Amino acid sequence: MSEAAAATPARADRGGALKDAGITALIALGLFLPLIGLRTVQNIRNELVLETRWPLLAACVGAVVAVRLLGTLVVAPMLARRPAATLAARAAKSARRARLPRVLGPLAIGFAMTYPLLVIWLVGATGANKWIDNFGIQILIYVMLGLGLNIVVGLAGLLDLGYVAFYAVGAYSYALLAKTFGLSFWMLLPLAGILAAFWGILLGFPVLRLRGDYLAIVTLAFGEMIRLVLINWVPVTNGYAGVSGVPRPTFFGIAFNASDQGFAAIFGLAFSPTHRAFFLYYVILGIGRAWEALREDEIACRSLGINTTVTKLTAFAIGAMFGGIAGAFFAARQGFISPESFTFMESAVILSIVVLGGMGSQIGVAIAAIVMIGGTEILRELDLLRAVFGAAFDPTQYRMLIFGFGMVLIMVWRPRGLIASRQPSVSLHNGVPPAGDLVKEGRG
Amino acid sequence: MTAPLLCMRGLRARYGAVIALHGVDLDVAQGEIVTLIGANGAGKSTLMMTIFGDPQAYEGQVIYDGQDITRLPTHEIARLGIAQSPEGRRIFPRMSVLENLQMGAVASAHRQVEADLERVFAFFPRLKERLRQRSGTLSGGEQQMLAIARALMARPRLLLLDEPSLGLAPLIAQHIFDVIRDLNAREKLTVFLVEQNAYHALKLAHRGYVMVNGEITLRGSGRELLERPEVRAAYLEGGHA
Ligand SMILES: Nc1ncnc2c1ncn2[C@@H]1O[C@H](COP(=O)(O)OP(=O)(O)OP(=O)(O)O)[C@@H](O)[C@H]1O
Ligand SMILES: [Mg+2]
Repeated sequence: MSEAAAATPARADRGGALKDAGITALIALGLFLPLIGLRTVQNIRNELVLETRWPLLAACVGAVVAVRLLGTLVVAPMLARRPAATLAARAAKSARRARLPRVLGPLAIGFAMTYPLLVIWLVGATGANKWIDNFGIQILIYVMLGLGLNIVVGLAGLLDLGYVAFYAVGAYSYALLAKTFGLSFWMLLPLAGILAAFWGILLGFPVLRLRGDYLAIVTLAFGEMIRLVLINWVPVTNGYAGVSGVPRPTFFGIAFNASDQGFAAIFGLAFSPTHRAFFLYYVILGIGRAWEALREDEIACRSLGINTTVTKLTAFAIGAMFGGIAGAFFAARQGFISPESFTFMESAVILSIVVLGGMGSQIGVAIAAIVMIGGTEILRELDLLRAVFGAAFDPTQYRMLIFGFGMVLIMVWRPRGLIASRQPSVSLHNGVPPAGDLVKEGRG
Repeated sequence: MTAPLLCMRGLRARYGAVIALHGVDLDVAQGEIVTLIGANGAGKSTLMMTIFGDPQAYEGQVIYDGQDITRLPTHEIARLGIAQSPEGRRIFPRMSVLENLQMGAVASAHRQVEADLERVFAFFPRLKERLRQRSGTLSGGEQQMLAIARALMARPRLLLLDEPSLGLAPLIAQHIFDVIRDLNAREKLTVFLVEQNAYHALKLAHRGYVMVNGEITLRGSGRELLERPEVRAAYLEGGHA
């Protein structure tokens, strides 16, 4: 591969490129030597012995060098040769991009609703389950979580690191109430949302006087507290063992067949009305705008007659409600829940979906959820990787790597998130969004 | 004489242990422009914010339209028909000009936002041209216009302005003062103005007050204050004749 790169007639300084590649190789070697080259294994007597993996190390360093050479010798000159886009073209492009989300919204909803049918049509009923369950439902759950947290963090600007608590409240509410009282899925869905919202308000009252770092710490602690309660309150939650045999959703008493296809379809349906009803609410009351204003300047909000305490509490409560509903879906899908599912890692994943999506952008959050969650699911499917790295290689172990990689890419190319141009959250009168070019923010 | 629209009696306010207002008495009558001048750190902005209950006065009273508002929360005071363009403007920088203006109308009961927009554009045509621009990218003068316009969107009876000419070129500052005079003359809007630009502000005002270290030391008509040697020495020296 590196020969191919070197053979390309590039005007770039080859000596410089080689030196650069050499430095890259050294850095890669330094990093990979302990990470990849050395491995500890337990032998039969329970002793740790050091094992070396020189061929793998060499392959990794070689790959890095090859990519680097390809970059400096082929890609960089190519980019440099491309004519600089004219200002007018750039403006037209940004205008097109600004219009994009509006088309994307209905398109996405349409796709979400027809997705199960599409999958069944494509791969047949037996193979479809995996795609609907693993991809469809799981992604939608994360979209919902992302949208909920987006209200709190992206719109209202309140950094919540314990969002998973509301997810857990929703999941346990559904699981326990369904098992103990035999209440139906459709009844429990709103109930789980309401219970989570209640906890959101409960947390909100003492905590919303805090801002920034302090709020982050307290919410972080709250997330852990809920998890610890779930672990230790054994008579109710069954502790670490979790709750199993959570009743599956039924449709007016008729159970769905084992493949869950119906459920997925219904979830798609149930999801979009909630989504739409929510936005209706949010447009009518103008509360979305108030949340954004709150993020910008709290004092100014107050002197414009906005009750900031109530506004923050609604953000917390509605965000928590979304988490609770997503939790109920999660419990219904899994049939089994335990505190393991609600660790801080989960909060971090949801937060990174919000950040990657471009704080405050609904469609961006949805895309980020699809990329992040779908990406890790696809990893699971890639037997190809196993063929390269050996049978013991578990691709899902590397999902954090994907997250990290995604983060870095976003930081470099779209520092304001995937969809940075925000739509007006409420238009009192045919409000026009700020033009893409005019809203562009300086870096820093 | 009828009771003034805004009336402060023995107002004291503090930030923690630091006392910023040492008993202020001040009146603003319906239809008046009243100017408050004073050195940096005299407590002018504090007085303005105390009217809005942030910080709340620990002693004394603020009476607005016959109602004691001293202990009301800020957002409720704003809903009584008092609007302000605060120190530092405090517009929402990531929102467009239009969105900022809409925010100004959020808490008011009336719903003729369209008409109100036209009304503020008549005073500040510049804003109409920049409707879709992110307000954080406006020039300082435009931001000041936006802050005043946003306050006007609530259709206030009383407008509080904290240093509207700060950092503006003389021509733009003059424009702002002209608008204030217009608003007062045409719409009978009552204005309470805090300024460093003592000459223009006192010329504009019906009455004025001078504040030193959290206390009112001088009061009188705008013209009277302009002639006072103390005022000339402290605020006009070397400036306008
Ligand atoms: N948030 C605060 N915390 C503590 N002290 C404050 C605070 N705000 C103002 N002060 C103090 O209160 C006093 C009055 O400040 P204020 O801002 O009211 O002055 P000002 O007359 O508006 O001055 P300027 O003309 O410079 O705007 C100052 O000594 C200031 O340091
Ligand atoms: Mg001041």
